[in-house]
Amino acid sequence: MLSNDILLKIEGISKSFPGVRALDNVSFDVEKGEVHAIVGENGAGKSTLMNILSGVYIPDAGRLLFDGDEVRFRDPRHAQETGIAMIHQELSLAHHLSVMENVYIGRLKKNKLGFIDHRGMFLRCKIELECLGISDIEPDALIKDLSVSQMQMVEIAKALSLNAKLIIMDEPTSSLTNKETEMLFAIIRSLKNKGVSVLYISHRMEEIFEISDKTTVLRDGTYIKTLYTKDTTPKELVSLMVGREFNRTFQRKNKEIKPDEIPILEVKSLSFGKKVKDVSFKVYPGEIVALTGLVGSGRSELVQTIFGLNNKDKGTILLNCERVEINSPTRAIELGLGMVPEGRKTQGLFLRMKVRENITMANLPRLCKMLFISNTKEHDAAHSYTSSLRIKTSSTEQQVQYLSGGNQQKTIIARWLLNNPRILILDEPTHGVDVGAKSEIYEIINKLAEEGVAIILISSELPEVLTLADRILVMHNGSISGELSREEANQEIIMQYATNQINKEMVK
Amino acid sequence: MSLPGLTTINKGRDSSEHAPKNRLFFKLLKSKEFSVLSALLVLSVAVSLLSPYFLRVQNIFNVLRQISVIGILAVGQALIIITSGIDLSVGSILGLMGVISALLASAGLHPILIFILAILIGCLVESINGLLVTKVRINPFIVTLGMMSIARGTSLLITGGLPISIENPITFLGGGYVGPVPVPVILMFIVAIMGHVFATKTLPGRNVYAVGNNERAAKLSGIRVDRVKIMVFMIMGGLAALSGMILSGTLNSAEPSAGTGYELDVIAAVVIGGVSLTGGEGSIIGVIIGAAIMGVLRNSFVLLGVSAYWQVVAIGIVTIAAVAIDSIKNRKRD
Repeated sequence: MLSNDILLKIEGISKSFPGVRALDNVSFDVEKGEVHAIVGENGAGKSTLMNILSGVYIPDAGRLLFDGDEVRFRDPRHAQETGIAMIHQELSLAHHLSVMENVYIGRLKKNKLGFIDHRGMFLRCKIELECLGISDIEPDALIKDLSVSQMQMVEIAKALSLNAKLIIMDEPTSSLTNKETEMLFAIIRSLKNKGVSVLYISHRMEEIFEISDKTTVLRDGTYIKTLYTKDTTPKELVSLMVGREFNRTFQRKNKEIKPDEIPILEVKSLSFGKKVKDVSFKVYPGEIVALTGLVGSGRSELVQTIFGLNNKDKGTILLNCERVEINSPTRAIELGLGMVPEGRKTQGLFLRMKVRENITMANLPRLCKMLFISNTKEHDAAHSYTSSLRIKTSSTEQQVQYLSGGNQQKTIIARWLLNNPRILILDEPTHGVDVGAKSEIYEIINKLAEEGVAIILISSELPEVLTLADRILVMHNGSISGELSREEANQEIIMQYATNQINKEMVK
Repeated sequence: MSLPGLTTINKGRDSSEHAPKNRLFFKLLKSKEFSVLSALLVLSVAVSLLSPYFLRVQNIFNVLRQISVIGILAVGQALIIITSGIDLSVGSILGLMGVISALLASAGLHPILIFILAILIGCLVESINGLLVTKVRINPFIVTLGMMSIARGTSLLITGGLPISIENPITFLGGGYVGPVPVPVILMFIVAIMGHVFATKTLPGRNVYAVGNNERAAKLSGIRVDRVKIMVFMIMGGLAALSGMILSGTLNSAEPSAGTGYELDVIAAVVIGGVSLTGGEGSIIGVIIGAAIMGVLRNSFVLLGVSAYWQVVAIGIVTIAAVAIDSIKNRKRD
């Protein structure tokens, strides 16, 4: 390729934070109109690099050449004006404003009198959305009424309306369904044809191989290699990412349910608002039941209702065939339930508290004499779990916010293991966790099931569901649309249940 | 303790989890209390160089006595702010409790009974704040702003705006001495130590931090968040009642306007002491040092003969500076 095809040249970029060298002399090029994937374990420096490219951080050393000119971004706005737009993993939209106001935020269209030209903006936004093939989002809808995937589309529309030459996407599919992901890929391909470059960060190999032209691997803040994606394999990428040959394919022995076995948990026609409609299912000890379905299908609401966080409208819950009333998480914990919630930062962690305190949080009453916390008991508990789950931290006294995503997740899992639960609910336990930590989490889950703990696993990642689950419950629109054993399940069937595709196709 | 069968996956990668003991000193150096304490020391050295009276025992006790009420209230306020709440009604409730304890005294009750009753009533009044914040879900700023007015109005209604003089041994709490040490100073230290132990060693104390860090996660971890919030308000109420008795004891008279404007001093002490207004972080020791910084500052103005009006300005500047330093530190951390 000719050098004048290079859109962005990254030269020797370094960045340190107190105690961490996040990026060390990273250099590579991004060409015009290419989809360039960036991979690496959590903590490899992907996010730091993207934040530098989008003007959030200023690098300590090195330079950026954009379209042939050296650029030094003062702030994200400056980067945007130059032509780099970033779509963050945690979407950055104003929830109480409309779609069009978000798309044109900071540069709202004005009419001759200097007032906001709502009509003009509406029409332009409509066109912008239609270019993306989006017809189900009205420009005047409020962001808070949209689904997560629709929000993502709005972010992309916003980036495009800025005439960005380079769009950075950080885990864009983490909350999308397969169908929506396909749509996103179609958009990415059309962007590519228009000469727009895309930097694509993802943990999902299938996606990288489907969409990207080149892949750059980062490890521990250093640049490892850039490869043509078609010339490499997932195995090679993973081994470059972790710096060792990665060949642990996880295999689990199926749990067999004896005919006279009694379920540890039985849910009978449980309903909560519009999100959970008349759901019934059973879980046996030592069994891993996966709860899958699209985001918004009511999976999280269902387990939250079981866990006592939502007040159910009707339905009964039986533990070991005994009817129980669970009206609060406190009660649920007393009854031997545990829940690793989705969103570790929003619902799981106490970020400014220590690893030790995070681990013992749900079990503290049992580590107390009168109301005084037993120092030795607490430290012992924290130490034994940081070592048995191999939580990488400088000390149990470290604040949990400084740990990597995978280790943070293991910290939350440790909190629940300490509680010796009979039933453990895991809501997207490997979301945003790197490959190494992921397989460790799989091992933990498998081990727990072998110990007789009943596991309810919520996951959007079908390979994960297919690897771990004994039984798969698929949710659609608040109810269970299908139940599959591991043998009969595959990605296509699950997706059909999840989307009610068959029915829709037939109507057409 | 039984670890549910994780021994086999413990492949024992050695982790450097035990921080060496010799790093304790550096940890201390980095701690928030240390920076607040150094600020206090620097200030004290400066003042003692400028005025020879400053380090006299008499003056030291004087400063401690002046900060005792603010210090006691700051312990309660710190707990509330750590849960990411705030209480603007402390000054008014102090006034109200002074008046109520004076009434109990004039009814001829035994001082111990007065003490217990006043503390209980204080808890009760503040529990209204707590209930409104948790059950009706009103912003604590608004709830306690309303309560500030209600409590003050009630004291004025009860007394008709006139002070009530107290002839009862309960005044020992404010005016008494143990040896050379004024009783309020002793009380402040007792409250500080109890507060510190509560915050660092007990289950409810830990829950206070958990709620301030992440309310949702706290709830999911089985903590009854509403109870924790009501509890900190009730602790505040008990401490406000104690402060009310101290203040009226010092003067042998309960003023219905006692404690006016104290909420600002108290919040200033908490903030100077390193408690984050976003909640979840802070220590009781820091807060007491924060109160001491304000006390020394006030005292230095008196000793150096600077106008009392400048005191007010200076306290404001120090408060903003403390938050600014905290916020700059936080920014660096991201």
